[in-house]
Amino acid sequence: MSLWKYANPVKFLHLSERVLPTLWVLSIACVATGLVWGFFFTPDDFRQGSTVKIIYLHVPSALMAINAWFMMLLASLIWLVRRHHVSALAAKAAAPVGVVMTVIALVTGALWGQPMWGTWWAWDPRLTSFLILFLFYLGYMALWAAIEDPDSAADLTSVLCLVGSVFAVLSRYAVNFWNQGLHQGTSIPVATGERSVADVFFVPLVIAMIGFGLLFLALVFYRTGTEIRLRRTKALLAREART
Amino acid sequence: MMSAILPDLGKYAMPVLASYGSGLILLIGLVCVSVWQGRKAKAALDAVESKDQSDA
Repeated sequence: MSLWKYANPVKFLHLSERVLPTLWVLSIACVATGLVWGFFFTPDDFRQGSTVKIIYLHVPSALMAINAWFMMLLASLIWLVRRHHVSALAAKAAAPVGVVMTVIALVTGALWGQPMWGTWWAWDPRLTSFLILFLFYLGYMALWAAIEDPDSAADLTSVLCLVGSVFAVLSRYAVNFWNQGLHQGTSIPVATGERSVADVFFVPLVIAMIGFGLLFLALVFYRTGTEIRLRRTKALLAREART
Repeated sequence: MMSAILPDLGKYAMPVLASYGSGLILLIGLVCVSVWQGRKAKAALDAVESKDQSDA
């Protein structure tokens, strides 16, 4: 079985109809469990007090804001190399999800930063690269909306996605190679496994992160289906107008 | 009533509640808008396809 068969819009729609019910249920269950557990059943941090509860929204949304861009990058590369329309539409469908995740990360970060750092915002490397990533999301969506020919729009937005990937990488790794700024380093370094978060906070955080990941997948599947249907409707109407 | 349901957030109640409020509104809004757009697109395609079939 080849993965490329799902580049066929009809096969993709059949696949999404099969997987979406499970994805919706699992994602909503994980997001709800992670947030409810984190908000109601975790203690205050000895230094940050109850603001530590913001972590269950801030970290998963920031993670998905960056990963959404990487998913768009992969889909854009597939479009540029193999010209599969479904991949271009999947990248287009992921952008609004990514932008909402970025806004959640920025807003919760500001609300967390004010009591902890004494400021809503600082021109810190991670925060600044995240803000630029947000602007790239807006630019990406505006470019899709501005160009009428879908193939040209997919080409140009794919190039923009490649350029914006620099800031997606910076958002994730800025704290590692820019040893300045207010934002702390990662609390869960995947490479070393030496996390600085206690189990009591870590378990609901992981559940929330899984939930946000699944919710992203569900939304991208669903929204890609919407884009496929919109394009098919447009094609049928154009054919009808010609005859 | 609310204080019986909510955990004691102390002096940081405002930022914590504002974070959860804004985050949940954005997440639920995103899901609702996506589903609304999806249903609208499906209905539009169904209408065009059924017209296409009746014309053929």
